[in-house]
Amino acid sequence: MTDKPDFSPGRRSFLSAMAAAAGVSLAPGVMLYAISKSSSAGANATGTEVSSAVRWGMLIDLNRCDNGCDDCVSACAKENGLRGFGRPETDAQWIRKVEIRNPETGHSKSLPVMCQHCEDPPCVDVCPTGASFKRADGIVLVDKHTCIGCRYCMMACPYKARSFIHEVLEDQKPHAPRGKGTVESCTLCVHRIDADRQPACVEACSDTGGGAMLFGDLNDPQSEISQRVAKYASKQIRADLGLNPGIRYRNL
Amino acid sequence: MTGANHWKDTVKPIIYSEIKGNSSRFYTLATILAVFILVALACAYYMEHYGHYVTGMTNQVVWGTPHVFAIFLIVAASGALNVASIGSVFGKAIYKPLGRLSGLLAVALLTGGLVVLVLDLGRPDRLIVAMTHYNFKSIFAWNIFLYVGFMVIVAVYLWLQMERRLNHHAKTAGVVAFIWRLVLTTGTGSIFGFLVAREAYDAAIMAPLFVAMSFSFGLAVYILILLAACRGSGREVGDVVIRKLSRLLGVFAATVLYFTAVQHLANLYAAEHIGVERFILLDGGIYTFLFWAGQVVVGGIIPMILVFRPATTGLIRNAILASVLVIIGGFAQVYVIVIGGQAYPLELFPGMEVASSFNDGVISGYTPSLPEIGLGLGGVALACLIVLFGIKLLRFLPVSMANEVIDPHYKT
Repeated sequence: MTDKPDFSPGRRSFLSAMAAAAGVSLAPGVMLYAISKSSSAGANATGTEVSSAVRWGMLIDLNRCDNGCDDCVSACAKENGLRGFGRPETDAQWIRKVEIRNPETGHSKSLPVMCQHCEDPPCVDVCPTGASFKRADGIVLVDKHTCIGCRYCMMACPYKARSFIHEVLEDQKPHAPRGKGTVESCTLCVHRIDADRQPACVEACSDTGGGAMLFGDLNDPQSEISQRVAKYASKQIRADLGLNPGIRYRNL
Repeated sequence: MTGANHWKDTVKPIIYSEIKGNSSRFYTLATILAVFILVALACAYYMEHYGHYVTGMTNQVVWGTPHVFAIFLIVAASGALNVASIGSVFGKAIYKPLGRLSGLLAVALLTGGLVVLVLDLGRPDRLIVAMTHYNFKSIFAWNIFLYVGFMVIVAVYLWLQMERRLNHHAKTAGVVAFIWRLVLTTGTGSIFGFLVAREAYDAAIMAPLFVAMSFSFGLAVYILILLAACRGSGREVGDVVIRKLSRLLGVFAATVLYFTAVQHLANLYAAEHIGVERFILLDGGIYTFLFWAGQVVVGGIIPMILVFRPATTGLIRNAILASVLVIIGGFAQVYVIVIGGQAYPLELFPGMEVASSFNDGVISGYTPSLPEIGLGLGGVALACLIVLFGIKLLRFLPVSMANEVIDPHYKT
């Protein structure tokens, strides 16, 4: 008996702790996203279980969204470390303000458009390596370690929500790993959500903007977002495609 | 049985041989092709080192000129195999001597196309990831299997054609290869056909359209390579072969025009597609020009006139010219499909005028950059170099394709 290796729980947990520590110190980004990826079935970045009982979503009220306001856009850029290179054609944009005008009536509106976090995301369907994935709680993400930069997801996305990194990046935020040659898009500030905080755009809109953006769990009938979408009419962009996006708009 | 034996008695076995490949012309050509390949590697390194902002590609036009070259080569690859299929699957004896070169060219074109595709990835260093992580819902992932499978099947098919003792199995391999190539081109067309969000794609007809394109482009490339290889190595190619191949090219060019017409007519009928149709057919600038002048006139109508008009002289010249024009028209067609289809904006809000900092609602500009063109030409050069060394190393080419050799019933 004494010759047999000791697989007692104490030793096992010590070994896994060592492995985790080595992983974190060697490649923090790898670990972070490895955990994120595994969460398509299981855990989030903090290691806790992600449940498909939750469906994160957003309701954006266009009557409260001002034409000239882009606080959500700048908050997103600040939060995720997005910086332009003065090349609008190739610079990444995770969220943008789109002005729409009805040519028949002249009526116009302004609205933020980002990854719509579809229930059936075409980007996930077409990705050859499975780098585009949907977490159990409905957040659509890109695994930056298996994205080969083929850009097929950008061809497939109906919302033009994705950007390809066209140049070398430096000083990325640890919670938002980004790199040349890969595709990226709005993460719904997954790192904030996992820490029970709101996405940066929603927070900024509520603090300094018109308070047009409401974030919450669409699956929870008691949540404010669920009650509002039940009470008021809301629309999804390109609802005809049947993708059931998690982002909904009021007064569109 | 008697009939079969009689046939065996009257048909002389076709003799194949390697080309000598020791002339200064051979080495000059090989050197030129190698230089193109080196330039392409330098272009790829430049694009990967600095990032894709040095190319003409943007977040609006995400697939650029390398994709045009890659798709043309991949589509032509499956089509190049048709000559072998006609011989062994459909039993046309005249095509049998042409089969080996057909298989070699198919593998060479596919290799050239895939290399361009891989070197244009954002992370070509992650090729191993693409080979080890599969999302089986992705048509792209299916295509990886289809391409690799095609290489293996055609290699076996070639072996069975070249090993006399196993010749009788060549037909079975030929049938498998023919079915596989139809599936492969269906897969390539479906890369576009499955894109529900894009106005210019999202149509089941993309698959048969691509199959028709492959027949036409592949045969055009085959005719040019066959004539170049035979002229370069002093082998005779008779009228019989050229007439057959060029008439077939005319039929294929007509088929492409037919599917193109159906594609656009179906779109024109639906009011929601009028915008993109107007863009491609009427006021899309370079895309409209390439469609009408490049694809329809240069790549379709003129080659058909060249090969179908009754002419007693200039048969080879017409075949070469028709093939070159089909290839030019083919590139124009792929350019219009790939680039033109992306240049037309996504319709997020049908019926509304839209504007944003991300080029919503705007026709996107795209200018091919030199590194992109260099990379694409390198793929073509690689395909040619593979053929050049293939016919030097193994017996792909018949010693003669003179009329009386090819057709036992030929009478002068």
